[in-house]
Amino acid sequence: MSQRIPVTELTGGFRDRAEVALADGQLRTNFRTAMDSLMKKRADAFPDEEEREGLRELGNRTKARALSRLPDLLEQLETKLTDNGVKVHWAETTEQANEIVHGIIQARQGSQVVKGKSMVSEEMEMNDYLAERGVECLESDMGEYIVQLDGEKPSHIIIPAIHKNRRQVSKLFHDKLGVAETDDVNELIQIGRKTLRRKFMEADVGVSGVNFAIAETGTLLLVENEGNGRMSTTAPPVHIAVTGIEKVVENLRDVVPLLSLLTRSALGQPITTYVNMISGPRKADELDGPEEVHLVLLDNGRSGAFADAQMRQTLNCIRCGACMNHCPVYTRVGGHTYGEVYPGPIGKIVTPHMVGLHQVPDHPSASSLCGACGDVCPVKIPIPELLQRLRQENVKSPAEGPKVKDGGAKYSRKERLIWRFWRTLNSTPALYRLFLWGATRFRKLTPKHVGPWTDNHSAPVPAKRSLHDLAREHLARNGGQ
Amino acid sequence: MSELFYDAAPNATRVAPERPGPRHYPAKPREVILFGTCVVDLFFPEAGLDAIRLLEREGVRVHFPEGQSCCGQPAWTSGYAAEAREVARAQLAILDADMPVVVPSGSCAGMFCQHYRELFADEPDTLKRVESLAERTFELTEFLLNVCQVEWQDLGEPTRIALHTSCSARREMNTHLHARELLGKLSNVERVDHDHESECCGFGGTFSVRMPEVSGAMVMDKTQSLMACGADEMVTADGGCLMNINGSLDKQQQTFRGRHLASFLWERVSGEGKV
Repeated sequence: MSQRIPVTELTGGFRDRAEVALADGQLRTNFRTAMDSLMKKRADAFPDEEEREGLRELGNRTKARALSRLPDLLEQLETKLTDNGVKVHWAETTEQANEIVHGIIQARQGSQVVKGKSMVSEEMEMNDYLAERGVECLESDMGEYIVQLDGEKPSHIIIPAIHKNRRQVSKLFHDKLGVAETDDVNELIQIGRKTLRRKFMEADVGVSGVNFAIAETGTLLLVENEGNGRMSTTAPPVHIAVTGIEKVVENLRDVVPLLSLLTRSALGQPITTYVNMISGPRKADELDGPEEVHLVLLDNGRSGAFADAQMRQTLNCIRCGACMNHCPVYTRVGGHTYGEVYPGPIGKIVTPHMVGLHQVPDHPSASSLCGACGDVCPVKIPIPELLQRLRQENVKSPAEGPKVKDGGAKYSRKERLIWRFWRTLNSTPALYRLFLWGATRFRKLTPKHVGPWTDNHSAPVPAKRSLHDLAREHLARNGGQ
Repeated sequence: MSELFYDAAPNATRVAPERPGPRHYPAKPREVILFGTCVVDLFFPEAGLDAIRLLEREGVRVHFPEGQSCCGQPAWTSGYAAEAREVARAQLAILDADMPVVVPSGSCAGMFCQHYRELFADEPDTLKRVESLAERTFELTEFLLNVCQVEWQDLGEPTRIALHTSCSARREMNTHLHARELLGKLSNVERVDHDHESECCGFGGTFSVRMPEVSGAMVMDKTQSLMACGADEMVTADGGCLMNINGSLDKQQQTFRGRHLASFLWERVSGEGKV
């Protein structure tokens, strides 16, 4: 096998990373196999089309309703959680969120953190932040544990180590943990679990994400399949939950359709093995649970998306990953190619609000607009429509005032001129026909290399005569009939 | 509304239910306008001519307004809405007549039916004409099937074909359903499924030149799966996909090819050999 350069270590843009990923046969196979399996699982989880469509519509409306009252619901959530004994913190930036988390750990003189899976903590790069300050974070989700062990980032928001197959995991465990190589997945999981089990008992602080924050009752709902989420949130004396402000919903009733959509869309499960509902720290008469519970609510660009009626729909997302599972681009290049925390179609529409389009200038273009993502989205985010909007914002000149953070990243006077020429050509019939006449008459002069098109195709040669010519002649002949 | 991608899993090609919702079809008109599309105009003119012949065969008189060019889709999907709008405005003027507009390309028909509304959202007066065009626009297979209600005698030799449908044509115009049903009317034609049939061929307009690495990988997979399915040829009702797939096959020096559905249908029902 060829020497593999980990995609995570590459600099450069989306296209550079894509090129490396596409040349990696093992990576291609791993993703294709995994995505095929996930698509099938999801399809099997929704056997009744009408039910699925009704549920998606309900999911969309439930999220839209919650978002329409977002400021109120967040205040209500804070009040209820405070009543329940949970300390609520607000962070506008990831830096602030990290400071808050570090402050809580410092107050307990903590040095060891065990983490359940949390994409918001990835947004914060919490592990690195805390490591620099002498706090060790251990990922307890098996997939997260694997990528952490290998010094990588997650390549999928639900299945972080999906880019690795069992042999690669076996080799990693052998190299890093000194255990014998094995092809048995159960054995591999047991190896990981043994290491982790001890850590749960030793940790000073447990960190987790949140799937739904319920305003009416002040409840943090967390789904998982490994029990590590429950361990992380109950075994250590302090639990810190970190989440984005868009996760708040009105009441427990609203969770029912959203939870069903989430688990079925993600892994095709009717329900996850664990559904944790956290409503506060250990009470005086209780035997277990953390002594302190904190919630850090992170903005990180979300309010920017919220302010734009169209882009607000990105906040519908319940982080199921179905869009990437069905994406022909993601399937081929994998999550690391996106170079950001959130890969795939959803990553392309949420990341610009977080880091600005200048950091991800090629993301909006990395789609054929095939629409598979929007079609499977459980909360009906019109992803292709939003990608198209981002493309428009991306080519605006500074004078036109792009409305998305750092828009205009792809503004090019030259390209604008080309499109203006194209516009004039196609809206001036005489000019268009002159173009047809020239292109067909001088077809032999068509260059053999036409930009990147001829990387993958033979040069397109115009026909001898255009349809304009053929139709005119044909209709004149048949005119009398 | 239902999705079209749950059949994306390998070898599990199922016909997805209809979307967008059921459409009201008029009685067969005496005359129609053919909007040829820019790709057909320059690269597949025979397909456009075959579309005219198929319509004339049903007793429909075809007009081909000389002023037509492009629906505006390339600029629209590239983020150049203002440029797309002016090209769209020119087509609106040319297609402003009291008769249906038939388009031998699902994605261009979808542009008329779905996206012109977005382009002219701020122009209430233009929107009226946009709505009229959306109501009158039919993709070719849709028109032959539901408006002409064709009944054909298949004059061709037995053949096996693969059908490729453009993603936007499926999503916006139900072209996958109409094309399948039309092909089902040909007694000597066997339609065979191909692996990952509903997956994108990688064209996506300017995506194919902005992201040539990813697009190239997609069209490579698509052509491999088409050649492996046992079909004699591929047919499609979308010029963009056809240019992408055939261009790639030619570069790979394969003999397998795709053909525009209009040409395939004309050959079967007219008894004329390949032009």
